[in-house]
Amino acid sequence: MLTLLGLAFLALLVLAVLGGTGRAPRIAFLGCAVAMGAMGLVGASALLGGEVPPTPLPFGPPWAPALVAVDALSAWFLLILALVGVPASLFAAASSPPPRAEGAAFPLFLAGMAAALVAADGFSMLLGFEVMSLASWGLIAARHPRGPGRRTAGLYLGFALFSGLCLIAGFALLAPAGLGFAAIRATPPEGWQAGAVLVFVLLGAGSKAGLVPFHVWLPRAHPAAATPVSALMSGAMVKVALYVMLRMLLDLAGPAQPLWWGLPLVAVGGATALLGALRANLEQDIKAALACSTLENMGLMAVGLGLALLFRGADLRPLAALALAAVLLHALNHAGFKALLFLCAGAVVGLAGSRDPDRLGGLIHRMPWVAGCAMFGAASAAALPPFSGFASEWLLLQSLIQGFRVAEMSVQLVAAAALAVTGMAVGLAAAAMVRFVGLVFLGRPRTPMAAGAQDATGLMRASLLIPAVASALLAVLAAPMLSLAGGAIQVLLGPNARPAVAGFDLALGELGTRYAPWAVAGLLALAVTILVFAVRRRSKLEAVHAPAWDCGFMAPPPHLPFGDPLSQVSAAGLGQPIRRSLGGVALVIHERHGAAAPGSAQPATLRVTAEDRGVAQLLRPLARARRRLSREAEGLRNLTLRAYLGIAFGTLLGLLSLVAWLERG
Amino acid sequence: MTFGQLPYDMAHVLGGGMLLVSFVLLYQRRTAALVNALALQGTLLAAAAVWQGYVQGAPQLYVTGMIALAAKGIAIPVFLHRLMRRRMPDRAIEPARGIGLSMLGGVMLVALAILVVLPVTTGAQALARENLAIALSIVLLGMLTMLTRRSALGQVAGLMTLENGLVLAAVGVTGMPLVIELSTAGLVLVIIVIAGFFARLLQERFDSLDTDMLHPHRGEGP
Repeated sequence: MLTLLGLAFLALLVLAVLGGTGRAPRIAFLGCAVAMGAMGLVGASALLGGEVPPTPLPFGPPWAPALVAVDALSAWFLLILALVGVPASLFAAASSPPPRAEGAAFPLFLAGMAAALVAADGFSMLLGFEVMSLASWGLIAARHPRGPGRRTAGLYLGFALFSGLCLIAGFALLAPAGLGFAAIRATPPEGWQAGAVLVFVLLGAGSKAGLVPFHVWLPRAHPAAATPVSALMSGAMVKVALYVMLRMLLDLAGPAQPLWWGLPLVAVGGATALLGALRANLEQDIKAALACSTLENMGLMAVGLGLALLFRGADLRPLAALALAAVLLHALNHAGFKALLFLCAGAVVGLAGSRDPDRLGGLIHRMPWVAGCAMFGAASAAALPPFSGFASEWLLLQSLIQGFRVAEMSVQLVAAAALAVTGMAVGLAAAAMVRFVGLVFLGRPRTPMAAGAQDATGLMRASLLIPAVASALLAVLAAPMLSLAGGAIQVLLGPNARPAVAGFDLALGELGTRYAPWAVAGLLALAVTILVFAVRRRSKLEAVHAPAWDCGFMAPPPHLPFGDPLSQVSAAGLGQPIRRSLGGVALVIHERHGAAAPGSAQPATLRVTAEDRGVAQLLRPLARARRRLSREAEGLRNLTLRAYLGIAFGTLLGLLSLVAWLERG
Repeated sequence: MTFGQLPYDMAHVLGGGMLLVSFVLLYQRRTAALVNALALQGTLLAAAAVWQGYVQGAPQLYVTGMIALAAKGIAIPVFLHRLMRRRMPDRAIEPARGIGLSMLGGVMLVALAILVVLPVTTGAQALARENLAIALSIVLLGMLTMLTRRSALGQVAGLMTLENGLVLAAVGVTGMPLVIELSTAGLVLVIIVIAGFFARLLQERFDSLDTDMLHPHRGEGP
């Protein structure tokens, strides 16, 4: 298996060179798909027992060789990476050839993510993480040589550097003895150092995963990239950040960490979930709405991770295993349906020509395959019962309900509040999916482009079907998949932890609540079959195609062959109730009313501009501070010679005094 | 090798002498006396280097000593004297701060140097420890001299004191290769030449050695 892993990495490096030359882009991307398939194979075989023990490589940093290992946790996330990577690479192969820089950065991006997952020492893990960050920045920047896209790439790079620095600081505190994971586990951090590790991991991996308040870049950067890259960033890259959090907080920091470690994660995760779900209802861009839905799902996973830490700190191992199972299963499910949704959105953008829902509509008639896949993915993302998202979110809500078993009153209250917030976020996410499907695929076409769109064919259709079929399998076989993740749970919680599985059901203990996806799916299928049969065969009335109801508007004029656009709901209109009632939680909203002059026939106008609270409360003050600092630094250029000497001398004296003070202590 | 033995005492006396001369450089107002003090410090440095060469049995330190004597003890002072005779007949120069204040600052700098060096070097030879403390004091005093002087000549004196301190530290450490000392000495020689050229230009253009005169003539600014 180690050989296969090495070959996959080697292939990705060769493909990066090939992509950089710009020749045969299709072959390069197909090669990426094959390499990703190999990674998935390595992961699956490790989950089935063929783990790779820590192996030193013949190269590495000067002080020690680099170590790679595939334990169950790494294997699970390799599986997630493959689940997104294979269809994304196929989709890229089916799309028009990208710029050369993108062809080179795409395999590097994949290799960086895989390297971060299989590394068994801090240095290699950070190296993979940074390669992933830089390559994904390159993928965005290559698409946008200038303009707002370039500024987005700059913002993303800033956050990526910030997260890298925080993770380096975290590892520095974690590894006084050595950077190998075995050495770190042998000397877990204590006291203030452990607290500082938590803070740095939250800042570093959390900002990469898009947790509040460092979420600002994510809804901008993910849609700015090409579609397969968006799918990878939303489906896989944030999972790598989640993996880093799991690895550092649950595994490397040792089992003896206090209970309160979970509280910040639960709080931040709940806030992220709510904010993401809210924004997903208000975006005017389908890819941005999907990116916001990623925020919501990452928030849910952070809540689960926090709960696992809480339960472990309270010595409730079975409940910690339940929360962790929810996190791991949801990571896999989310990878499946988010890759599917992003690729469907990309197919819509490519074939119907717009990302604005107000220029789409009615695509279900022209693109039945894409529409079917997208509706399947949306049903999973909305957590409807037989579909894949439901199983993991059910587990998560169950573990939140079990929060009352922790003795501390404060934890009980936090769990109850998190339950309410999470439930609201899940509901809002379902509303966002209704909006996505309804505006893009249902109704009537809003533009001629949308009316003349062609369905996805060949390789592109295959790239949509792979995650769709995987999501369907995950929906029905949630329990067997979760028992595969048992090894990963044991890596993090000790050898006695078991996932909450009973046969083909998900179950909390032998007698507790249980969810049988196969039974629900079977009953629903039966009901639908009976219904279809009854309508088609038993009904005495013929099926009739009637004109769509248009809310009582008058018949459209002849120059509007697809009907009056005003008689169909718009994206802003559908989001309006949520914007009015809850929008202020996530956004700073300005409305400008332009009333028509009396007697004028002009329509009145309403202009709404919205900005994320993170921009107003985090980025703006940061930008102001930077401007002030640069003004101060500018003032330093106009000093006398003696003042410069004085500054140098003062600095030297200060450092020497620091040394003298440190030696005393 | 501790207090009371000849190698230690001798090195201590030479280093202490250099430190004393640094204080002289800090307060001396008359330029001629300033240059003489510089020459004295250079000579003391040469003696210290030769003594260390004898104690450590390192013949290359004799070369260092010879260079120090030739350059700092003789050549540079003679050059500075000639410059002064031609340009400014025996003019007194003013330190920017009061004498008492700069002396007090100097004493505090020596205390800081001792506080920093002695705990760091526990376990090293007593000779090396004291030597390093004295050398760091001389470096800091040189910087203070540069800071408190307004004339270009005073700043050159401060720079040379600083360099003397560095060389003293270098010769006190056993096993330092010759090439480092030589390159440091060469570097400082170049800096001195540039500074001398700069001072002459300054004198010709503005009829003064006060570096504050330069400030309004910079190419940039509001």
